Amino acid sequence: MVLLQRRRNVLPGFGPALGFTLLYLGLIVLIPLSAAFAKTFTLTWESFWLTVTHPRVLAAFRLSFGVSLLAAAINAVFGLLVAWVLVRYPLPGKRVIDALVDLPFALPTAVAGIALTAVYSTKGVLGAPLAELGIKVAFTPLGVLMALIFIGLPFVVRTVQPVLEDMDRGYEEAAHSLGATPLQTFTRVIFPTVLPALITGFTLAFARALGEYGSVVFISGNMPMISEIVPLIIITKLEQYDYTGATAVAVVMLVASFILLLVINLLQWWVRKRRAEDRG
Amino acid sequence: MSAVLPASPAASIAAPARARREPLTWVPLLLTGLALAYLALVLFLPLAIVFIEALRKGFSFYLSALAEPDALEAIKLTLIAAAISVPLNLVFGVSAAWAIAKFEFRGKALLITLIDLPFSVSPVIAGLIFVLMFGRMGWFGPWLGEHDLKIIFAVPGIVLATVFVTFPFVARELIPLMQAQGRDEEEAAALLGASGWQTLWRVTLPNVKWGLLYGVILTNARAMGEFGAVSVVSGHIRGETNTLPLHIEILYNEYNFTASYACASVLALLALLTLVAKVVVEARQHAAMNAALAEARDLGTEPVPARAPAKDK
Repeated sequence: MVLLQRRRNVLPGFGPALGFTLLYLGLIVLIPLSAAFAKTFTLTWESFWLTVTHPRVLAAFRLSFGVSLLAAAINAVFGLLVAWVLVRYPLPGKRVIDALVDLPFALPTAVAGIALTAVYSTKGVLGAPLAELGIKVAFTPLGVLMALIFIGLPFVVRTVQPVLEDMDRGYEEAAHSLGATPLQTFTRVIFPTVLPALITGFTLAFARALGEYGSVVFISGNMPMISEIVPLIIITKLEQYDYTGATAVAVVMLVASFILLLVINLLQWWVRKRRAEDRG
Repeated sequence: MSAVLPASPAASIAAPARARREPLTWVPLLLTGLALAYLALVLFLPLAIVFIEALRKGFSFYLSALAEPDALEAIKLTLIAAAISVPLNLVFGVSAAWAIAKFEFRGKALLITLIDLPFSVSPVIAGLIFVLMFGRMGWFGPWLGEHDLKIIFAVPGIVLATVFVTFPFVARELIPLMQAQGRDEEEAAALLGASGWQTLWRVTLPNVKWGLLYGVILTNARAMGEFGAVSVVSGHIRGETNTLPLHIEILYNEYNFTASYACASVLALLALLTLVAKVVVEARQHAAMNAALAEARDLGTEPVPARAPAKDK
């Protein structure tokens, strides 16, 4: 077997396939992305710093990072719950519900945006009763939160679900027969097993929320300093032909995304390792 | 155990099971209720609202909103953008998956990460980078101006932005699938004298057809629904550079809500179809995988002639 693995690969086409892959990747992704960094280098450090620390930009960063974190945290809790229910409990119409979990992946963001605005505006199904209670959702940071919860929902469910499906129920039964309460079984047996996947899903949802535009702009009201997200700042600067300003803000976001991408890759490697150990 | 209690195996299994479940009956109910309530509020309600709002002024208004010239132009442009970006990213996905799944080389993990890159870039930034390259003040701006070519605020820019945001879908579906299938079948084909293209067409692609189809469906759904990236490069010229999602925004901003939801409902239907396709493709893929596994088991454990009686089961 070792000999077989070492033999020369007889399949043709490696050169052209890899060559085309790299060329296309370079033309469509890498060169355009490097344009953003190249543009930033035309700025002096001082003007870059002034742009990204402008109060209005800082307020947008605070809003985008803060609300994205909160939305991802809410989805971590409820995503785990949804995944658990889908894996463990009998449910009529489970296949339909399971398929619909992916809706935020498939639904265009603009559609999600106007749909959520209809739900949460002061005349909407949920917006009207909430307004009676004095809670305004649409055109406030709370509206941004609802949009980011919507688009982040599938990430946690879809990362946690396979881990729950793989989980050996023997451990739970052992915990039970050793006298553990259901809560203890959850905190000591189930939770540690799904934790890597849960953190991965959380990070994916957070990364997605950070860059989200379409579903947010309709419901947020876009008030400077209050409900303006970072992607909107970039668009506003572009519309004023302030390309360098837009790029400076974009580069900060890009660096944040790359760091998150690195973290996600490490987390996914961790999840795979844990799953392989569980199976083995 | 069984020697001591031979008479009542059923009772010995049933008793602890009942004891275990009894105190917990309300927990599954509560958790199921909570999960369903969350899904209903976050997911199902907004989806239903799109259709309710779209039909608010009746079915004939709904149809006339879709038959409006600007709407038809927007639908046309959306179809064009998808018709260009889907084949491009399909060819890319197959070639990337062929190189990555069938060969060993250094830097493979990095390449996979780079292919995923467009997923982690905000759609707005995806639009911005093409403005920086081809816009009036961009890298190629002056040259394009001299030759009277327009990319930004024109159809080519919309296509480029769409290609960028849908870049990874096919590759991402195919790479794990082709890695899992290994290269035994391709090597057998090559040793029997098949050319590279023949191997690809007759062996590899038939093996991954369902994954490939799903990748194409996802690419198409995203291409038709992309909003942020396209919004940055489009310039929002009515009847010229408006895709369907941008048309929805314009109608909405003009307080033409019902028409806006009518157009949105078309894209919502597309999303629902995408989900149905996903379920079908996954079922097919699962069936194909089980069939392949069963065949491998038959071939591996028993000599070939013994397969015939196995079919009686």
